Amino acid sequence: MSKFRKKSNTKQEIPTSALPDIIFMLLFFFMVTTVMRENTVKVEQQLPRAEQIKKLEKVELVSYVYIGKPTETSVYGTEPRIQINDVFIDVKDIVQFVEEERSKLNEAEKNQLTISLKVDSEAKMGLITDVQEELKEANALKVMYSTPQEIDLD
Amino acid sequence: MARKKDRGTPEVNSGSMADIAFLLLVFFLVTTTIPNEKGLLLQLPAKPDPNQPPPEVKLNDRNIFKVLINSEDRLLVEDEPLNDPSKLKEMVKEFVMNPNNDPTLSESPQDAIVSLKNNRGTSYEMFITVLDELQGAYYEIYAERAGVSPEEFRNLDLNNPEERAIYERGRGDIPMAISIAQPSK
Repeated sequence: MSKFRKKSNTKQEIPTSALPDIIFMLLFFFMVTTVMRENTVKVEQQLPRAEQIKKLEKVELVSYVYIGKPTETSVYGTEPRIQINDVFIDVKDIVQFVEEERSKLNEAEKNQLTISLKVDSEAKMGLITDVQEELKEANALKVMYSTPQEIDLD
Repeated sequence: MARKKDRGTPEVNSGSMADIAFLLLVFFLVTTTIPNEKGLLLQLPAKPDPNQPPPEVKLNDRNIFKVLINSEDRLLVEDEPLNDPSKLKEMVKEFVMNPNNDPTLSESPQDAIVSLKNNRGTSYEMFITVLDELQGAYYEIYAERAGVSPEEFRNLDLNNPEERAIYERGRGDIPMAISIAQPSK
């Protein structure tokens, strides 16, 4: 019996002295793998899903264009709008936006600028075609329709 | 002097270290996003030079695979209505490769062109579904020729010479000719 009694004397506490180290490790993991949110998206973003997706290697060469119905419909109406860097813009301002984005890149990478279109699935193709025409005008010919991976059910 | 020694070594209280670290962690979780750059890549055609007349293209009608989407998201493929977009992939593959030399399908994979035309009222979701099928057909053709799975083919790193060789072998001289036509007004 004395054998069993001895066991009950063991400490019940979990050592927590290594807890800060574990948390710091998690912290560093998140600091390295994530990027800061650059702008608040003010349009609805229900991206359609696709299977044949490709991954982009260089994130710094990508500029984003958000298209969708504004979330604050009372202020901005229900028509899908184009958002760039926190502001709504008109279709004809896209050329200027592309030029600005291109001037941020260095000489060798200027023609590798990719425009990522994040379009809500309810948007109509009319607006997107207009945007594409403007991108052609601005000579930004690499376009990516941003879509999350489709989960295969079979 | 003796008193000073009694104080012992000063120690920083590290009990709340975990809490501070948690706070920082939560801050980073909230303010950052994991970059997720995935999607359908598309190369737009260059804008035609207004000073030069548009080149005269003689295309045999059998070399064009026509896909139309109307404003109600209904499909018209090669002048026949189609209800199920998932059938498109097989149709495009057969059209491009034309294994049985069918006179109604393309003359050769090099000549084949897939034309996608949508209406201004077509929903973006439908457009992506169809574009996904069309690109999928080409990736499957390439992957088959290269002897890898379509998924591996899409994720090939073109900066790596070995993977580039697989890519070249798969792609060869078959261009991914998906043309997105101007929508009808």
